[in-house]
Amino acid sequence: MSTNARDAGALAPPLDYLDQRTGLAKVLKEFSRKIFPDHWSFLLGEIALFSFIVLLLTGTFISLFFVPSMDEVTYSGPLATMQGVEMSKAFDSTLHLSFEVTGGLLMRQMHHWAALIFIGAIVVHMFRIFFTGAFRKPREINWIIGFTLLILGLAEGFSGYSLPDDVLSGNGLRITDGVVKSIPIIGSYLSYFIFGGEFPGQHIIPRLFTVHILLVPALILGLIGLHLFLVVLQKHTQFPGAGRTNKNVVGYPIFPVYAAKQAGMFFIIFGVLALMGATMTINPVWNYGPYDPSPISAGAQPDWYMLFLEGALRLTPGFLEVVIGGYTLSLNILIPAVVVPGLLFTSMALYPFIESWASGDKREHHVLDRPRNAPVRTALGYSLLSVFLVLVLAGTNDIIATHFSLSIEAITWTFRVLIFVLPVVTFTVAKRVALGLQRKDREMVLHGHETGKIVRFDTGEYIEVHQPLDEEERWLRVQHEPRRPIPLLPAQNERGVRRPGYRRDAIRSRVSRFFYADRVEPVTPAELAAAQAHGGHDEISASQHDAPELTATREGSSAG
Amino acid sequence: MSDESTEVGLPVEQHALPQRFENPGLPEHHPRLTDVDDGAAKRSERIVVVLFMLSALGTIGAIVAYFTVPPGATIASIRLSTMLIGFGLAATFIFAGAASVHWSKSLMNDHEKIEYRHPMVSDTETREQASEMLADGMSDTGLSRRGAIKGAMITAVALAPLGFAVPLIGSVGGDWDISKFRHTMWKKGLRLTHDPTGRPIKASDVTIGSAVHVIPEGLNKLEHPLDEKSKAMVLVIRLDPRDLHEAPDREGWSYEGIVAYSKVCTHVGCPVALYEQRTHHLLCPCHQSTFDISNGAKVIFGPADRPLPQLPITVDTEGYLVAQSDFHEPVGPSFWERLK
Ligand code: HEM
Ligand code: FES
Repeated sequence: MSTNARDAGALAPPLDYLDQRTGLAKVLKEFSRKIFPDHWSFLLGEIALFSFIVLLLTGTFISLFFVPSMDEVTYSGPLATMQGVEMSKAFDSTLHLSFEVTGGLLMRQMHHWAALIFIGAIVVHMFRIFFTGAFRKPREINWIIGFTLLILGLAEGFSGYSLPDDVLSGNGLRITDGVVKSIPIIGSYLSYFIFGGEFPGQHIIPRLFTVHILLVPALILGLIGLHLFLVVLQKHTQFPGAGRTNKNVVGYPIFPVYAAKQAGMFFIIFGVLALMGATMTINPVWNYGPYDPSPISAGAQPDWYMLFLEGALRLTPGFLEVVIGGYTLSLNILIPAVVVPGLLFTSMALYPFIESWASGDKREHHVLDRPRNAPVRTALGYSLLSVFLVLVLAGTNDIIATHFSLSIEAITWTFRVLIFVLPVVTFTVAKRVALGLQRKDREMVLHGHETGKIVRFDTGEYIEVHQPLDEEERWLRVQHEPRRPIPLLPAQNERGVRRPGYRRDAIRSRVSRFFYADRVEPVTPAELAAAQAHGGHDEISASQHDAPELTATREGSSAG
Repeated sequence: MSDESTEVGLPVEQHALPQRFENPGLPEHHPRLTDVDDGAAKRSERIVVVLFMLSALGTIGAIVAYFTVPPGATIASIRLSTMLIGFGLAATFIFAGAASVHWSKSLMNDHEKIEYRHPMVSDTETREQASEMLADGMSDTGLSRRGAIKGAMITAVALAPLGFAVPLIGSVGGDWDISKFRHTMWKKGLRLTHDPTGRPIKASDVTIGSAVHVIPEGLNKLEHPLDEKSKAMVLVIRLDPRDLHEAPDREGWSYEGIVAYSKVCTHVGCPVALYEQRTHHLLCPCHQSTFDISNGAKVIFGPADRPLPQLPITVDTEGYLVAQSDFHEPVGPSFWERLK
């Protein structure tokens, strides 16, 4: 066989070898031409994936030179400013890696940039999933896996940030210690658990090293595997469009189109990170110096993904610390550092279940929502983002203060107010905008594009000519199913007996109304026909039915 | 239910129209320039080839930079080495990436294809078979008749992790002696010394308005100085005695307007290191808690709740500042049993 030219049906030799031993051809047949839909926002998950691969590669490089030890040494390397300074081996080896290993600083900087982009990409990816409703059945499990990946990503970032044992990261650990100690009953012991004794002790760097290069990456890797397995198993969602339905997936085959694009994406991300590592200094620990509990500089910032915690800590006033029966309960720390993030993250993790409970929808969804078609979900997402925005800004309030010459007090108070007001305002505005966009969609479907052309009728009336949408444009605007609140059945049955489970239903119906009472439904064929019957009087009828439409869909009382 | 389609506003006559629009089906495929024009396809091919060649050149560049531009000993030379190798790497990957993307977009088959989905749920028959098999398996174990096994098994499984967890938890916290939070190495007569040099401080050398960073004498000789420094570091400030308002029970803790306060923030433990002489305010750079040194280091702004603990000081016979005792309360962030 090897001497013959291969005929079309035969596998190439290495594949043939493997197939004879593993049945590989079955897998190839199943997967190589699998269809993957195309949309720029589907690349966000890939950006996370590829920056994680860069993290593994550069991380392997730098861990070969890093010494995870807190033993003290005296610096004797080339850096003049550090001559004779006492430092831990961890810090010393970081300097060695940066200044004496050719390419070492490049790898360190690439690693750090990759970490920032990794977590950024995870967050943006998550919001794309959120806003498009990709978390709906059957993908709730993948949402939870993804959410766990986010938490692990944060843990990975924080543990890595702490390894060089410089002043900044040491202070970060000290803050962590302070937060841990505030936890009721077990806080002090938890602090000992983490540090192996009193802060800082001799153990935290080696421990974080194990966490950072073994424990968390192994979990991330495993979960990414599971995450992608589920993406393949459930097939990717697709945006609505002509020809795309809940029962198909339209796109390009994995081999070669998708694979080539993916490889290209990976290379580009690798290349961009190399460019960043080459030109943009990040975490220049030699400017900060080795960890010492005593010095600190104003304006020091943690990595961006930790800023929201920092901001929450800054905003909470101190009087919340209380003493109960002789025991100290530091609510001024617990609330911002444990309770609030805990609630925010838990509600994010549980969101798919909350929404499906409110909608009563247990069907599979493979066509994504346009964010406007889920106004309350979209508004909740923006509202959550606004909370994070305020917290992140609060985490940089000293920089804002010096930059704009404002007083810290004034800024802090502004943020204290904003953290309550802004989410509500954002929610309201975002919901109105979404409903408005839906109304605009209706308008377009019913009356077509404005052409800017004005025509005069025999009667002397002027009207603007509207060009009807073509089928595909129209489909995009009418394809979604209207979502309506779950109706509440009466409290008593026909014989006047109180129905069990009524209370639960009543709550559920209220939640459901919160989600779906205000809505704009897609145009139906009948409505379009009616609008067309109105003929040239589009623009007049448009303004007439606009107002009742809004009031008609408010039904806060009708179901209650 | 009031949710009829009329609700959205238009007076609709009910005719035979469908309830919803029909999906119009996939739009027809528009060929690209490279599909119809051989010249354009050739040009695309050349672009892809050139991009891959540039990528290869980038790799060669990175290797050349590695051998010819060592990091040297100055920040500038290190930057240069980093940059050149980095440019090489970046070129390698960005060009290769651009090549792949361009290739896939302009030359690979761009007909959209359709694949059908099947519901995730298994068909009824499979579900029934699976459930039957599990039932058969369960009955093979005989657990329903032999309840004792179940109890014993659960006990064994529940206990098993302890063999791992107890040694781990036992050792991971060192000696678990959290009473160490309550003490520092300060004691009666111990000299205040400069941080980090360890030189003792004469009271007469501390001028009004100045702030001195202080560690206890002998700290640097400890086996693990940072553990102790994290608790014992102190800020010494001299105020004009007229500005100093001392609580009655703390009179005698200062010396001629010189006061010593713990430098560990009572919020979550950052060093409180920024002293503003004019206002006598001490600011923690981490979350901006602000302490009033002229008034018992009370919190006047920010997330901390408690004043900084004060170290009672005096001078020894040679005029050097010394501690009168340890702090009278635990320093640093609050913890559950702090007041016990
Ligand atoms: C280590 C972090 C993560 C990586 C590497 C990752 C990677 C990916 C990739 C490559 C895809 C397919 C392409 C795409 O839709 O973007 C995907 C899909 C998905 N991800 Fe993630 N992801 C991560 C974190 C998350 C998070 C934080 C969430 C949400 C909490 C999440 C939820 C999902 C869901 C539900 C899908 C299916 C999307 C669909 O079919 O439309 N992922 N992920
Ligand atoms: S640690 Fe000082 S204000 Fe938070």
